[in-house]
Amino acid sequence: MLSLLLNYYPDFLRGLLTTLEASLLALIGSFAIGVVIAVFRIVPFVPLNILGRMYTEFLRNIPLLIVAFFFFHGMNAFGLNLSGFVAGTLGLTFYTSAFIAEAMRAGIQSVPKGQMEAGRSTGLTYLQTMRYIILPQAIKIVIPPLGNQFLNLVKNSSILSLFAGLDLMYWGDHVASSSFKTLPAYTLVALFYLLITIPLSYFVRWLEIRLNRLPKEAAEVKTALMEG
Amino acid sequence: MQFRLKHVGLLTLLFALLFTLGACASNKETGTSTLDQIKQRDKLIAGVKYDTRLFGYKDPNTGQVEGFDVDIAKALAKKILGDENKIELKEVTSSTRIPMLKNGDIDIIIATMTITDERKQEIDFSDVYYHAGQSLLVHKDSPIKGIDDLAGKKVIGVKGSTSVKNIREKAPQADVLEYPDYAQAFAALRSNKGDALTTDNVILMGMHQEDPNYVLVGGLFTDEPYGIGIRKGDETFVNYVNDFLKELKDSGEYRELYMKWFNEEPPANQ
Repeated sequence: MLSLLLNYYPDFLRGLLTTLEASLLALIGSFAIGVVIAVFRIVPFVPLNILGRMYTEFLRNIPLLIVAFFFFHGMNAFGLNLSGFVAGTLGLTFYTSAFIAEAMRAGIQSVPKGQMEAGRSTGLTYLQTMRYIILPQAIKIVIPPLGNQFLNLVKNSSILSLFAGLDLMYWGDHVASSSFKTLPAYTLVALFYLLITIPLSYFVRWLEIRLNRLPKEAAEVKTALMEG
Repeated sequence: MQFRLKHVGLLTLLFALLFTLGACASNKETGTSTLDQIKQRDKLIAGVKYDTRLFGYKDPNTGQVEGFDVDIAKALAKKILGDENKIELKEVTSSTRIPMLKNGDIDIIIATMTITDERKQEIDFSDVYYHAGQSLLVHKDSPIKGIDDLAGKKVIGVKGSTSVKNIREKAPQADVLEYPDYAQAFAALRSNKGDALTTDNVILMGMHQEDPNYVLVGGLFTDEPYGIGIRKGDETFVNYVNDFLKELKDSGEYRELYMKWFNEEPPANQ
């Protein structure tokens, strides 16, 4: 096991870096797209609602493998020859964005309707109410499910290995089949994934605690203002 | 409780490490010969390829798995159990076949497997039953004419195959990309994800049949003797299979199978 690590650590390291890179790119991309789609789903404009709904229902109900496969082979039809890394990361981005959009939408809609009504009746516009009243509350609700999606994203990045994307799983396969030490090789792969996912998991938890603290501070400011 | 919850992540790591130690300690040998197990079960479980034309290929129209390897497996079932239909075929790939054999999922590997010293440390091999060699498959308009033209090119191979190892040695300047199986590798070549595909010539011949736009170039640059894979230490079964191969060759049945699949006479040394 240790000798396996010593013999193949450049491969594992390369894989770890590629997996990190793919995960980071997909995380940023899927978050951005996810937010846009979530907004599509809640704005008071029916055609956008329908568009957002079609997007999420389509992407989250087909296997990630097929989404990635589409980018890998399918884009050739449009004259785009994508490498395994690019195709896999794009597939991962679009696939995950559907789940992120769902989590965001659920979070925003879980803020009681009365808040929006109250905001509007004090004279704020729709966007202002969204920005200052709804979203600050929604983001706290959304953090835990979003964290889950990000963890899933890191693990799902192993899809790259099927398209020669040179990620951690790809090199894991390589080590397993060239050393014949299948179980130790994949155990090492698991440890390397934990190296990414456990800090991420702790980060999400930290964020959750951090954001939950804010209302207390806000309340203090408020009392201070009232008294002063 | 608060304290414990905080350290769940660390506990997970600890657990993973323990699991790792366990993984290192396994590997046990079974006592009885595979031959007895097959007779007791009254069925031979053979690991063959499902994606390799001419050797082991599942015909999408009929659903039947056919090929040279499959016919050899059937002949072996006939010799052991008296009936060529007392056989169960299981799909293996280059990277799953050895773990599956060691796990006991299959009795025997007849799956275009080259005999190598490295593999001999994991499993035993029968005598050679087919001589193949590694070659290159490229688009017919490709400038690649042989192994010397591969510098800086993307070469597609299959995970766990000897051909990937060979090409890394013989064309160190090439960029090797490994795919899970031959179907995916060929699909990748046809989608222009690489400049050439490398593996044993016979497998490439099957791909050429599938799509004549792709041709073999560069001749054979390795000798790949195919052997039948048997669990390590099972001498009884190795000897039995070697006798079986000899009988097959002596009776002329081997030549018949060879002609049927490759449409040519077997070389004199087989």
